[in-house]
Amino acid sequence: MSHSTVPRSRDEAHTRKAAARTPDTRSGRRPARRPGKLSLRLRLRRDRTLILMTLPAVALVLVFNYVPILGNVVAFQEYDPYISDNGFAAMLESPWVGLEQFQRIFEDSAFWDAVRNTLVLFFLQLVLFFPIPIALALLINSVIRPRVRAVSQAILYLPHFFSWVLVITVFQQIFGGAGIIAQTLRRHGYEGFDLMTDPGIFKFLVTAEGVWKDAGWGIIVFLAALASVSPDLYEAAAMDGAGRWRRLWHVTLPALRPVIALLLVLRVGDALTVGFEQILLQRDAVGPGAAEVLDTYVWWNGVRNQDFSFAAAAGLIKGLVSVALVLAANKVAHMMGEQGVYKK
Amino acid sequence: MTAVLDRRHEPVAEKAPRWWQAPPRPVWEEPPGRAGLAGKGIVLAGACLAVLFPLWIVIVTSLSSKKTITEAGGLVLIPRDITFVAYQELLSGGQVTRATLVSLGVTLVGTLFSMTVSVLAAYGLSRSGSLGHRWMLMTLLATMFFGAGLIPTYLLVQSLGLTDTYLALILPSAVSVFNILVLRGFFMNISPELIDSARIDGAGDWRILWKIVLPLSRAVVAVITLFYAVGYWSAWFNASIYLTDQDMMPLQNVMIQLVQKQEQPVGMSQAIKTGQISALAVQMAVMVLALLPVAVVSPFVQKHFKKGMLTGAVKG
Repeated sequence: MSHSTVPRSRDEAHTRKAAARTPDTRSGRRPARRPGKLSLRLRLRRDRTLILMTLPAVALVLVFNYVPILGNVVAFQEYDPYISDNGFAAMLESPWVGLEQFQRIFEDSAFWDAVRNTLVLFFLQLVLFFPIPIALALLINSVIRPRVRAVSQAILYLPHFFSWVLVITVFQQIFGGAGIIAQTLRRHGYEGFDLMTDPGIFKFLVTAEGVWKDAGWGIIVFLAALASVSPDLYEAAAMDGAGRWRRLWHVTLPALRPVIALLLVLRVGDALTVGFEQILLQRDAVGPGAAEVLDTYVWWNGVRNQDFSFAAAAGLIKGLVSVALVLAANKVAHMMGEQGVYKK
Repeated sequence: MTAVLDRRHEPVAEKAPRWWQAPPRPVWEEPPGRAGLAGKGIVLAGACLAVLFPLWIVIVTSLSSKKTITEAGGLVLIPRDITFVAYQELLSGGQVTRATLVSLGVTLVGTLFSMTVSVLAAYGLSRSGSLGHRWMLMTLLATMFFGAGLIPTYLLVQSLGLTDTYLALILPSAVSVFNILVLRGFFMNISPELIDSARIDGAGDWRILWKIVLPLSRAVVAVITLFYAVGYWSAWFNASIYLTDQDMMPLQNVMIQLVQKQEQPVGMSQAIKTGQISALAVQMAVMVLALLPVAVVSPFVQKHFKKGMLTGAVKG
């Protein structure tokens, strides 16, 4: 192996490539073969370990992310899971119905309710959730005592690692009908209340749960951006007579701009996905009228009612619109001169 | 004369400020106003309290006796007679004990599996220029922009015969492309000279990964392990759609039944009915079981979060 012509590293291959470009004057002859064009067999031999290492992940992704894409054909079928024991075999035998499922969806008022709820929730989260981590990050950044900073960061990060089940359960134990606030009120002769089953405030409740769980976690990215601002900029601004608010406006906020743009793009591209697990857990308590979003609509029709074709069609619509949104949001970011999620 | 001058130019050994003292500010920065300082403190303390207060209530109630809870009308703020009855009942066998063990098992096995696959893939993809590198990277990256959809995934898992097996809780979400990218970003930052010298000494890729790359990336490996572990520990959805056997349910799903649907834990209803334990304390104890591992582990990894998240954001 060690005496073979196979370059021992990819980096060596690069240096050989460079050597090929500038002919070796000492020996007076060109290398026998241009290493940039190693044969496939040799490259396979050189890189087999790396390929072997990467394969398990690629295989898992292929099976669980790519193969199911084929399964979307059931959206154009009248899928009957009872034709065969095997779901994919049943797929081959189910009759084709063209766009019938899509027609049914567009005529379903529950679908449009789900669309409306999804969009309302998205805008609520954008307005009520999005600014909070930025404000918190500015606040923490302005704290100069390291111990205070570290402790409050540790506390604020914590809820991010709790499961949705736990977060909702905590909210229920506090704000629910049998929760401690309602119980205490009743004990003192006031009327109790149940925020957890009130469809009117459900969307605010969902947003509040999201803030409790993830607002603290959201500050990490902003803190990182703030830490990379050069202190010289602040000093120069101060020399020029800028007070603390002007420094915030002219130095700090511009430093956050790219991060804010990036996160906005991500959020807009993901607009149709608003807290699937979180809402699914509370759907029964408030009823689908207020709680149904596109993801839970798919879950309800598909998994619960076993109407696989119908639900797959709904999921397909959502997926396609989402991809379009990601691309569009990124396009807008590029046009605004920001980097966006991926480069052009 | 010169001695005086010299002494003046000697660097003054600054005492590190104690934790309650603020470190010195740069000369150009105005000292903060009293009102501003107070305002900041109130907002920050409020935010931290909003996180801690519910947890305090949950923990304290789970440790309270039935008598304390009844006297306090449900809202126990200060623990008086601390008792572990609720935990003893929950962990002395039965539904919750089994669910806790299931969750622990799935978390351990799943995290180990996910980390192995992810670290290998991250290393394999970190040496750019290798055969198929671009294609494999693209294959992974593309999944960050689209999902196959819930129904086709569900049908696939069914077709593979994974329903009612613990594999259904691990395999479908075993690798997170984001986590692989974070690891890869780190591995790529390790100086190539180091790796080359190891290679000249005759080390293969396996040995380089194990002896050089992994020891150098302990911080990010800790963060990603935590991410995976928390993911497995918190998961309930896969169990709810792929498992039908109640005995196989992990802790989160049991918590849904006990607390949200207000059911009584199987085998424990007797103790609650006869009034030995408060049903509220039992519910809170289940919640503590669910939050404890995460709350204990995550602060230790906390100082590495920023690095890990940042690498992901930049390289992604």
